[in-house]
Amino acid sequence: MKNTIYLDNAATTPVHPDVAKAVMDCMVNDFGNPSSLHRLGLNAEKRVKEAREQIAWALGVSTDSIFFTSGGTEANNLAIIGTAMARRREGKHCITTQIEHPSVLNTFKYLEKEGWEVTYLPVDKRGMLDPDDVVKAVRSDTVLISIMHVNNEIGSIQPVEDIAKLVKEKGLSPLFHVDAIQSFEKLDLKPRRWGIDLLTVSGHKIHAPKGIGALYMRKGVKIHPVHWGGGQEGGIRSGTENVPGIVGFGEAVRWIEQDIDKKYLYMYKGILVAGLKERIPEMVINGPEPELGAPHILNVSFPGIRGEVMLHALEDKGVYVSTGSACSSRRKSIGPVFQAIGAKKEAARGAIRISFSHMNTSDEMYRTIDIFERCFKELKGYIRR
Amino acid sequence: MENVVLLRYGEIHLKGQNRPYFERALLDNIKRALEEYEDIKIVKAQGRYFIENIEDDHRIYDKISRIFGIISFSPAVKVEKNMEAIKEAAELQLKEAMADRGSFDELTFKVESRRSDKSFFLNSMELSRRIGAHLLKKFPGIKVDVHEPMVTIYIEVREWAYIYHRLVPGVGGMPVGTNGKAALLLSGGIDSPVAGWMISKRGVELTAVHFHSFPYTSDRSKEKVIELCRILSGYCGAIKLYVVPFTRIQQELYQKCLDNMLTLLMRRFMMKIGEIIAIREGAGVLITGESLGQVASQTLESLCVTDDAVSMPVLRPLIGMDKVEIIDMAKKIGTYETSILPYEDCCTIFVPKHPLTRPKVDRVREAEALVDGKELIEEAVANVEAIEIKG
Repeated sequence: MKNTIYLDNAATTPVHPDVAKAVMDCMVNDFGNPSSLHRLGLNAEKRVKEAREQIAWALGVSTDSIFFTSGGTEANNLAIIGTAMARRREGKHCITTQIEHPSVLNTFKYLEKEGWEVTYLPVDKRGMLDPDDVVKAVRSDTVLISIMHVNNEIGSIQPVEDIAKLVKEKGLSPLFHVDAIQSFEKLDLKPRRWGIDLLTVSGHKIHAPKGIGALYMRKGVKIHPVHWGGGQEGGIRSGTENVPGIVGFGEAVRWIEQDIDKKYLYMYKGILVAGLKERIPEMVINGPEPELGAPHILNVSFPGIRGEVMLHALEDKGVYVSTGSACSSRRKSIGPVFQAIGAKKEAARGAIRISFSHMNTSDEMYRTIDIFERCFKELKGYIRR
Repeated sequence: MENVVLLRYGEIHLKGQNRPYFERALLDNIKRALEEYEDIKIVKAQGRYFIENIEDDHRIYDKISRIFGIISFSPAVKVEKNMEAIKEAAELQLKEAMADRGSFDELTFKVESRRSDKSFFLNSMELSRRIGAHLLKKFPGIKVDVHEPMVTIYIEVREWAYIYHRLVPGVGGMPVGTNGKAALLLSGGIDSPVAGWMISKRGVELTAVHFHSFPYTSDRSKEKVIELCRILSGYCGAIKLYVVPFTRIQQELYQKCLDNMLTLLMRRFMMKIGEIIAIREGAGVLITGESLGQVASQTLESLCVTDDAVSMPVLRPLIGMDKVEIIDMAKKIGTYETSILPYEDCCTIFVPKHPLTRPKVDRVREAEALVDGKELIEEAVANVEAIEIKG
């Protein structure tokens, strides 16, 4: 693993060693069921509470507004279906964008089949939404607006703070949900202050294990659960708590908040963009200008070289990246995000997503530039005629 | 009462003086297929094998149903040769047959007996009659139908009595290893695994050759081919898979030769490398999954050009089959779901837009001479990766 440069952090991240240690300790020692009356149950409950406080603190929200789920997909489903079910008598219209993650997009597709109306707002060629479009789309029967903070494929950032303000200023009633899976612990994120009602975060994108996520729900917001059981997590998400996962999530947040300067991500991106542009002038950047996009996502294409081929060539030299987003790499047709930004088929087929994390280093960026240049030179002789 | 499986083998009967050789090969194949079941005992008896000391387990039957050379088999019970034991076993078999059918209503049945132990006190007619009468008394409502019964209870009286009602078709063919060895060019698509299966079914041992074009194809496409070999090896025993690095050859051809001949040239190189590996493995022929006219490289003219690359005979068992027929077979043998996994294989990259469909051998040879074929092949063969795969 020594020569591995992992740049697919928007797909998932390596678990940080401190996090792994905390998870291991929890599994072996504090293995009780938080609902049990005895001391072991209490110990487990305490650890869940600590993690909840840690995450709440990072988001600047109160502890009782954090609800743990099995991950981002579940939290997004819960937010959307839960709101739809709770408000179905007030209206059957929702608003979202064309570039959401499948866990949002396909949940809305399901609602459409169940008789709901959904407006999918377009984005510009940088993948950005106009806040006014959101307000204009609101109708008297709109019950939910769901907009992602950072796009997982191209890294465009939506002005969710402005959107929340605009919606509240106009006195509109729909709930506002933000999928913040890609922005949590990378960008400033203050849902309570900004007036966001529901917000999704996920553990494995920030060096916690897979299988843990959380939904922030503003106090006073009422949604329905989507499954039923022992009433854990305030009845919003029944099921025995994933205590080790929760502890890992809390520990990952603690580590980033305490030890990490988030500015480094922009620096890595800056180094990489400058170096690649200089060495490979043919390179095309997909989505927003690098300084406008998320600090940890860069999407580029190399004309004539299929993304998959570039990916495998890079892999052979120890650099791990993605084509588009990992969830859609096996799809043959051009994906909805690239369609929405009006990308050419050529750019979409060649798209490579490079995504950093707090565990990368500047040195890795310089080595990555060299490796990209070598791969590009090797492959460019065999571009399709 | 003991569970046994009765295996019937077919064509081996025809083999005159070679018969012991074929029977031994079949026995080896059965042992190999069932090697994880250590306690079983295999007994030979007049045109069949009995597997004794075996559990009544569908996983075992799945394995047996993939052994080439077995035309049918029956899970049976073995009991002492007395009427009480036979009656009891026949009852249980009928109950099981009823349960399989899900209904007891209007059930028709017959009993069919064979008596190879002529010292048994009843002849087969009489045995069938008595057991039939017993079952009629035991299960009111069922009827005898000797012409088209829903269920047949079979009784065989040998050293022991064997009772069964299931007759499961086997895969047929000839025991693997009785017909030499061949090298299969395995792409990962739908056709080539079927081609290998068909030849192996006739008793041929397989070795597989796969061409890998990293970074144009990925580790996943290699895993897919390994999985296909694993499925095939369930039928034909361990397969040695050779993975040949093919990228450089494709790149050289792409740079130096005309587009419209690329696929043909590529196929010629594959044949040449396949032949070298076949010789190394002691295989006398090549197998490909080509089907006449399916794509440009599979027209009659193209096949002649491909054949011209090697001196070894090339078997093309799918040559006269339609795609739908091949797909049906792939589904039947269990390779289809793996074959359709959407990973690139080396044949789909660098595909010419307008490939020649009526190539001339001389022109193709001329084009081929533009690259240093000998050096390229030597390099590829020197870097092959050999993987032993067992089902």
